[in-house]
Amino acid sequence: MNLSFWLNGVYRHEEVEPDTMLLDFLREKGCYSVKCGCETSNCGLCTVLMDGKPVLSCSMLALRAEGKKIVTMEGMQKEAEEFGAFLADEGAEQCGFCNPGFIMNIFAMENELEDPTEEEIKEYLAGNLCRCSGFVGQTRSILKYLEYKKTKKREEAEE
Amino acid sequence: MLKIKSYVKVNSIAEAYELNQKKSACVLGGMIWLKMGNRNVSTAIDLSGLGLDTVQELEDEYVIGCMTTLHDLEINKSLDAFTQGALRESLRHIVGVQFRNCATVGGSIFGRYGFSDVLTLFLAMDTWVDLYQAGRVPLAEFVKMKKDRDILQAVIVKKTPLKTIYLSQRNTETDFPVLTCAVSLIGEQPRTVIGARPGCAMVVEDKEDFLYGFTEMSKKEKTEAARRFSEYAAENVPVGSNMRGSGEYRRLLTEVLTRRAWETLGGIEK
Ligand SMILES: Cc1cc2nc3c(=O)[nH]c(=O)nc-3n(C[C@H](O)[C@H](O)[C@H](O)COP(=O)(O)OP(=O)(O)OC[C@H]3O[C@@H](n4cnc5c(N)ncnc54)[C@H](O)[C@@H]3O)c2cc1C
Ligand code: FES
Ligand code: FES
Repeated sequence: MNLSFWLNGVYRHEEVEPDTMLLDFLREKGCYSVKCGCETSNCGLCTVLMDGKPVLSCSMLALRAEGKKIVTMEGMQKEAEEFGAFLADEGAEQCGFCNPGFIMNIFAMENELEDPTEEEIKEYLAGNLCRCSGFVGQTRSILKYLEYKKTKKREEAEE
Repeated sequence: MLKIKSYVKVNSIAEAYELNQKKSACVLGGMIWLKMGNRNVSTAIDLSGLGLDTVQELEDEYVIGCMTTLHDLEINKSLDAFTQGALRESLRHIVGVQFRNCATVGGSIFGRYGFSDVLTLFLAMDTWVDLYQAGRVPLAEFVKMKKDRDILQAVIVKKTPLKTIYLSQRNTETDFPVLTCAVSLIGEQPRTVIGARPGCAMVVEDKEDFLYGFTEMSKKEKTEAARRFSEYAAENVPVGSNMRGSGEYRRLLTEVLTRRAWETLGGIEK
């Protein structure tokens, strides 16, 4: 079947089977940051943005992307590197397997919540599982990253 | 694995209903539950092009389109105020934001899942389902109906003045609940719902009128009514065991959550 949608800012026309999941389809198109971490819609590793909202690509038919804007980490390299530095500084990652879904959901959180508290951050990210760590380093890195973004925004406004 | 032979994004509910009469056809909600099963679907019926993904607020009711996602419900300011935060409380522990941006209210209610937080809270309000063939049916009746091939178009919540509290117990955050409890005053009418028993959520009838006139009671009377009714609920709500908890644990939880919920609703601070 025909599928027309935006992938990381590029409008594309593709052919897809009716039962292909968005996750498999995106990987076929070279978006290897999108990964499968479970069979039960529980881990959040497959998170991509659909029209700005975080969704589980493992649980959605590719055909549901029709007319939508899909963004994966490949489309947010600069932002991912910027946040990645905070993760590294806090020693927050171990194997790093959970990172792509986790980072995409942080970008979604930035869009949705204004100045979130630590409690709100934890609630927003509850659907991203990390099997290596206890989220302590990650939480620290998010708080520092958000503070940095706030300062940067203030400085830009003052200029 | 879910296998789909053909996929139709329908142009009307009538078309969806017609296609759905074939046993091997299947209506797609958010697909989160469907995707878990092994099934060969001849025609997957997608309702996502019908604009049924919004919450409409009318003078006397909310009309929640079946394709409204659980997260859109959770962040709906008007429903949040109407339920004093209970709707959000019932949804926010369900897996994660990404999950709730996929799962729909239609799939959650039509599925009538035993573990459902969603069903528990909606049963505690003056809720109706709007079915294409059967028309409007009270949710309390719908949960007892046999699954058929009708299409759930919308969930209707009447704006009868409401006070409500939602509580659930989970072994770990984001897991299925071990027990769910919603209590409410719909107008002056007290209602208690227990779910994840692990059977389907049910309204607990107050046959002995322990809660009759609850709003008029003094704090002491409210505390006593909450205690007596919660004991009655624990004795009368059928509970069972599964991997998340034993029947005995659920019986104790029924008592504790029911009492806490009624005390909180009655403004009794401990
Ligand atoms: C791992 C996991 C954890 C979960 N945890 C919880 C939890 O803690 N609490 C909780 O309350 N829920 C939980 N759920 C259930 C979830 O919230 C949804 O209720 C469930 O996924 C169904 O919603 P859906 O939109 O995905 O429906 P789908 O999977 O698309 O559909 C479910 C069923 O309903 C039918 N259907 C869908 N829409 C309609 C319609 N409009 N008319 C007629 N039939 C329709 C489908 O044909 C299918 O049979 C969990 C589910 C999973 C998979
Ligand atoms: S792969 Fe685990 S939630 Fe999608
Ligand atoms: S760092 Fe290994 S799963 Fe998160």
